[in-house]
Amino acid sequence: MKDSDYSAQLPPTYDKVHRHEMFPETTHDETARFNFITNLNQHLSTVSAGNRLAYEKRVRPDFQKENGRDFNNRHEVNQAFKSDPYWQTWSALRRNTMEMRHQAGRSVVLRQINTLNKKAEQLNAGKSTLQLNPEIKSPRYASAVDIHCQPGGYHTEICEGDVSVGANYDSGIFVTTTGGVGPMIDGGGRAVAKAVQDKFPDFKPKRILDVGCTIGHNVLPIAQAYPDAEVIAVDAGAPVLRYGHARAQSFGVNNVTFLQADVENLDYEDGYFDWIQTTMFLHELSSKSIRHIMSELGRMLKPGGLLLQVEQPQYTPDMDLFEQAIRDWDCLYNNEPFWSKMHGMDAKKIMRMGGFKNENYMEFKAAAETIDGDVTKPAKAVSEDHGREALWTVFGAWKS
Amino acid sequence: MDRIWSVEIMKKLNVDYIADAGKKAKGKRPWFLDNPEVEKVLSITMAVAGELAVARERLDTLERILESKGIMSRNEIESFLPSEQDAQERQLWHAEYLARIMRIIQQDRESLETAPDMNEAVEDLAKEFTKE
Repeated sequence: MKDSDYSAQLPPTYDKVHRHEMFPETTHDETARFNFITNLNQHLSTVSAGNRLAYEKRVRPDFQKENGRDFNNRHEVNQAFKSDPYWQTWSALRRNTMEMRHQAGRSVVLRQINTLNKKAEQLNAGKSTLQLNPEIKSPRYASAVDIHCQPGGYHTEICEGDVSVGANYDSGIFVTTTGGVGPMIDGGGRAVAKAVQDKFPDFKPKRILDVGCTIGHNVLPIAQAYPDAEVIAVDAGAPVLRYGHARAQSFGVNNVTFLQADVENLDYEDGYFDWIQTTMFLHELSSKSIRHIMSELGRMLKPGGLLLQVEQPQYTPDMDLFEQAIRDWDCLYNNEPFWSKMHGMDAKKIMRMGGFKNENYMEFKAAAETIDGDVTKPAKAVSEDHGREALWTVFGAWKS
Repeated sequence: MDRIWSVEIMKKLNVDYIADAGKKAKGKRPWFLDNPEVEKVLSITMAVAGELAVARERLDTLERILESKGIMSRNEIESFLPSEQDAQERQLWHAEYLARIMRIIQQDRESLETAPDMNEAVEDLAKEFTKE
């Protein structure tokens, strides 16, 4: 039977985004443009469902016919999909939609860049909780291509005191996730904070480290959940930190220090932190750096402390190759070069790189937590937009 | 809302807010369709579709404001019947509009219909006319 009740599937309108002091202003038509792209993203998730049909009806049978065997791995599926016309059209639309979203966000931000930079300067003035270091260069794995097609990445400054890449990032997350992460785009952070409070009520972290924080949208709910904790949020990019710190001030969150640093060389003493958190960070590294970073995180965590990592799901052996291949799309086509490799790794192995023991490993699902009664509660998914859904895998361990 | 930029500030900051908004992301762009020209047309079409949605939303806002002020009701739009004169003007607008957007097909047809001397290749003429 056809479900003609679209009302439960419609994504929220852009006017539901929380307008904090740093948030770029939008005209009527700029808001409408974001509404179009949000709806286009929602629609494309239904287009994506057709990839499954193309896979079962011709991509897979054609491969089997030609090779006398089934696919062995997702790389073979990715390769076979490249010549399928349905996948091609979906891919062309999906890539183009990412580019449209960035153009829309940048046109909003760049026309008011001077105002935004000045606002950030005012909110950040005289605060010791913003610590920038111009010596820090964005590592190659974060700057060789612009991650998720965001021009300028997280680090490019087009003028002094620039916050534009941070403002652009903030302006479009609601659009890309079709409102799924809530009006403050912090659904991931809320989910983690709530899970930790529910699961570990006796855990009272005094020092929390958030690694790869960008604009700090996911660390603020954690800092709010533990208002007495000293929270350090680290990133290599100055413009996102400037923006994120100013954004935090406008939310009245004062217990987070935004620190520009090389996460491979943080000079905190051994066992300094009670809780170390990474959110959508591991897939933006490299094979060499993940080893070193995990070992550093393990070193800086106190015995009895908690390391948690929020990610899209790993490609476990029970995930079928079609789903693995569709999830891999962001790697090659949305400028996430380490995505495929990282998601193909055994999460326990990643934790072992930090000295964590298999018996202490934990994993759970966290769905975006929005605010009670909030009109922007995630729209009922028509079909999954792989890699964009507001449902994450959280894995980690206590340090013994 | 006022535009917040000024030419002076943009020059000082070395920002071209129109061109820079569409800046290419660093990294080689993948092309998915067999013919990249078709993919470019798809991209332009989606952008135009977006701008149509923007114009439609603005019109919707206008109608709702006019209705809320009691200036008109949206039922009037639904039940509007054009006069004979109105109808003529509208149909003429449609005809002109379609001719404008379908120009390339009209010209393609003309190239099939017209006498050969209407379709001489400029390349050949360039050679002919440059002969000493």
